[in-house]
Amino acid sequence: MEFSINSPVLFVLAGIIVAVVLAQSVYFLVKAWRRAKALGMSTDKLKRIARTAAIFTIAPAIAIVISVMTLSKDLGLPLPWLRLSVVGNLSYETIAATNAESAMGLTFGQVSGLSATQYVTIASVMTISILVGIWLVPLIGKKLLTGVINLEKRDKKWADIFQNSMFIGMISAFVGYVFCDVAGAFKGDFKGLIPVCIFIVSAAVMGICGLLLKKTGKRWIMDYALPISLIVGMAAAIPITAWLS
Amino acid sequence: MKKQMNYIDSVHRDGRIWNIFVMIMMLAFPVAAGLIFQAGPDWHGFAMGLVATAPMYWAVAVVETITYVPMLGAGGSYLSFVTGNISNLKLPVALNALEQADVKASSEEGEVISTIAIAVSSIVTTIIIILGVVLIRPLTPVLNAPVLAPCFAQMLPALFGALGVVFISKNVKIAVAPLILMLVLFIAVPALNASTVGIMVPVGVLFTLGMSRLMYRKGML
Repeated sequence: MEFSINSPVLFVLAGIIVAVVLAQSVYFLVKAWRRAKALGMSTDKLKRIARTAAIFTIAPAIAIVISVMTLSKDLGLPLPWLRLSVVGNLSYETIAATNAESAMGLTFGQVSGLSATQYVTIASVMTISILVGIWLVPLIGKKLLTGVINLEKRDKKWADIFQNSMFIGMISAFVGYVFCDVAGAFKGDFKGLIPVCIFIVSAAVMGICGLLLKKTGKRWIMDYALPISLIVGMAAAIPITAWLS
Repeated sequence: MKKQMNYIDSVHRDGRIWNIFVMIMMLAFPVAAGLIFQAGPDWHGFAMGLVATAPMYWAVAVVETITYVPMLGAGGSYLSFVTGNISNLKLPVALNALEQADVKASSEEGEVISTIAIAVSSIVTTIIIILGVVLIRPLTPVLNAPVLAPCFAQMLPALFGALGVVFISKNVKIAVAPLILMLVLFIAVPALNASTVGIMVPVGVLFTLGMSRLMYRKGML
C-alpha cells in the first residue's frame, strides 16, 4: 500500500483508539453517576456539574483543535488527532515531534513529505515517550490515594490543609508563569503585561460573579462563573494585545 | 466504610484494566502503521529521538503522577492520564466541580464529582477534536484568523485568573509564601516560561506543603 501521512488506513487506526478512549470516559461517567445517585446526590445537582464541565471545556478544546492543525502540517491529521486526544498536549507533542524529526535530519515546520519509515519512527518516539503516566497510575495510584485516606483518618484538619496546599501549589506556579515576562516593561516592551491584564480581567469577572451570587442567590451564576470568566478573559485578549503590542 | 472501599477498589480495578488496554492500543499504532506500509523504524533516528525526548518526559511524568493523583482522585486520575491536558483542563474542571458541589476532594462524594466532571470534559474534548478533524478545511482559516490568535494564546492566564481568585481568597495564609516564591522565580529566571511551567507545578506543590506543615505545627493554620 502506498504511504501517505493522511492515508485513510491511518485515520481508521487512530479512530479505533480514540473510540476506545471515548468508551473509557463514558464507562467512568456512568459508573461515577450511579455511585453518586447511590450516595444520595440529586440528578439535578449532577446535571449541573456535567453541564458546567461541558461548557467550560469548549474553549480549551478548541485550542487543542488548533494544536492539531499546527502539528498536521508536518505529520498529517491522524497522528496529531490521536496524540492530542490521548495523553498529549501541544507543548509536549511539539517537542517530541521536533526531537524525532531532527534525529532524522528534518526540521519541524518545514517537512514536506515524510516516508513511511520516518513516520513510523516519529510515531514510535512520540508514543513511547509519553506512556509513563498511563502505566504508572495503575502501578502507584492506589497506594498514593490510600495514603491520602490514611492521612484523613489520622488528622482530618491536616488532611484538609494538605489538599488545599496541593491546589494552591499548582495555582501558584501558573500565577508565576503569568508574570514571567513583566520585567520587559522596564525596557519599554509591554507585551509581558498582556497575560497579567488578562489574568486581572478574568479574576475580576470571577469576583463580580461571586458578588452577584451573594446578592441574588441565583445558583446558575455559580454554575457558569468559571466558563464566563474564561471566555471574557480570552475575549479581552484581543483589545489588550492590540493595545500593548 | 466497607461500601466506600468497594467502590474505590472497583474504580482501581477497572482503571488498571482500561489504562493497560489503552497503552497496548497506543503502542499498536506505530506497529500497525509499520506493518501495513511495510516500513520499520529508522533505528538510529528512533534511538536519537528517544534519548532527546524520553528521559525528561519520563521524569516529568513520574513527578506529575505523584503530584496530580491525590488532587484528581481515583477515577479522575485513570481518565486524566489517558486523555491528557491535565493542568490546563482536567484539573481545573475537577476543582471547579468540587467547588460547585461543595464537597471535599478526599471524600467519596468528591471522588465521584471529580470523576463525572473529568469524564464529561474528556468526552466533550474528544468530540470537539473529532469535529475539528472532520471540518478542518473550513475551520482552519477561521481558527487561525489573526484576530483570534490572542484569545487562544492567553487561555492559561484567563483560566488561572478565575480559578486563582476563588482558591487564593479561601486560602490566603497558605497562598502567600508560594505566590511570592513563584513570582520571584518566574520574574528572575528567564528559563521559566510557558513551556517550563509544568515542571514548576510539583515545585510549587512541594514548597506549599512544606510551608503549610510548618505553619500547622506552629498553630498558624
